[in-house]
Amino acid sequence: MSKIPLQFRHNGRDVAIFVDGGTNLLVALRELIGDMTPKFGCGQGGCGTCSVLIDGELHLSCLTLAETVAGRSVETLDGMKQGPNLHPLQRAFADNFAAQCGYCTPGMLMAAKALLDRNPSPSRDEVIEAISGNICRCTGYEPIINAILAAAGGRVSA
Amino acid sequence: MAVTVKTFMSANEAAGALSSDRSARYLGGGTLVMRALNEGDVSISTIVRASDQALARIDASGPRVTLGAGVTFARVLAERDLAFLHAPARSIGGPAVRNMGTIGGNLFAPSPYGDFTVALLALDATVAVQGGFGARDIPIEEFLQARDRQAGTLVLSVSCTRPASAEAFRYRKIARIKPKGGAVITLAAHLPISGGRIAGARIALGSMAPTQIRARAAERALEGRSLDAATIAAAASAATEGTSPSDNALGSAWYRREIVGVHLRRLLSGQE
Repeated sequence: MSKIPLQFRHNGRDVAIFVDGGTNLLVALRELIGDMTPKFGCGQGGCGTCSVLIDGELHLSCLTLAETVAGRSVETLDGMKQGPNLHPLQRAFADNFAAQCGYCTPGMLMAAKALLDRNPSPSRDEVIEAISGNICRCTGYEPIINAILAAAGGRVSA
Repeated sequence: MAVTVKTFMSANEAAGALSSDRSARYLGGGTLVMRALNEGDVSISTIVRASDQALARIDASGPRVTLGAGVTFARVLAERDLAFLHAPARSIGGPAVRNMGTIGGNLFAPSPYGDFTVALLALDATVAVQGGFGARDIPIEEFLQARDRQAGTLVLSVSCTRPASAEAFRYRKIARIKPKGGAVITLAAHLPISGGRIAGARIALGSMAPTQIRARAAERALEGRSLDAATIAAAASAATEGTSPSDNALGSAWYRREIVGVHLRRLLSGQE
């Protein structure tokens, strides 16, 4: 079966790859582009660890047909750090012990970024709603919610 | 296994491709079809897509509301004129699923999913489909009864009449995890009032049968009466009639039968 050429913007950089029909965006990012930050969790849309931003909107990359992002902008956790510095959200996650095993963290950070990009000072309930599609089995969510609120409030160490 | 992806400019062409290939599935938001592919569903060998903007159209200005099949739940939530559909839209998934999942796809979502369709069933919606035979409108109840045989047809849009007031349309999803979780059961009620009495009651239930169903016995208990305690009690006690729930990880059939009347009573009496 022939490969399908696909071009899109990946963390601000143009990329061109060939995908098989039916390949999902998560596989394209991890196996063809080498961006290992989005994780494979459930493959069903239940866990959120594969979350990425497509044109600024939160999407599940495992349920996104790769070729539907042609010409669009895909942001992953890999593009979040600012040069050598962590993004304020990443810093806040570290400061607030919001990562334990770390498997949910890439998706949590993307969901949090999607929220703060639209709503820079969310309420606690809005934070809970924003990460409701992301499952964490370690932290009990409280440290994650606190970290996102800290990042939103500018309470982050340098 | 690689599948063939066919993308069409018009919904018409996509419908043609869908009806001529038994192993073809239409890809909307991806939350059902990509999930099936990820699980290794070998019955799908062709994915059909359409970039037709008509499928993403929302017409919510008048008394009759039409939603293109490709409209996402996030877009429903962003539309002030669709406030009566915000509760069902918000009850689905997390933000990512709401950015992806569509009105048309929800019609095919098996239990414990398909909550939005419960709301549409209570609103007596009409489903516009395009098949090999041409386009036609099907009442949503008829569509759902024949859902297994709808694979070769493309849903174009869903339309319904706007409820007369916020009070006239009520929705409740019972989930174990909040704010996001699969439904134990889902309930929606449309209660148009005419001269102080209910005229044209519609009660729809999710996860109480293989597809979303109407609780006809409960509707009969409401019809022509005022919404008082005795009427509500009669409707609640009739809620299980005609239902055939099954067991799943979220709840047993027994449990669903036990709680459906309780939640219908709460829904009708306006309790949280």
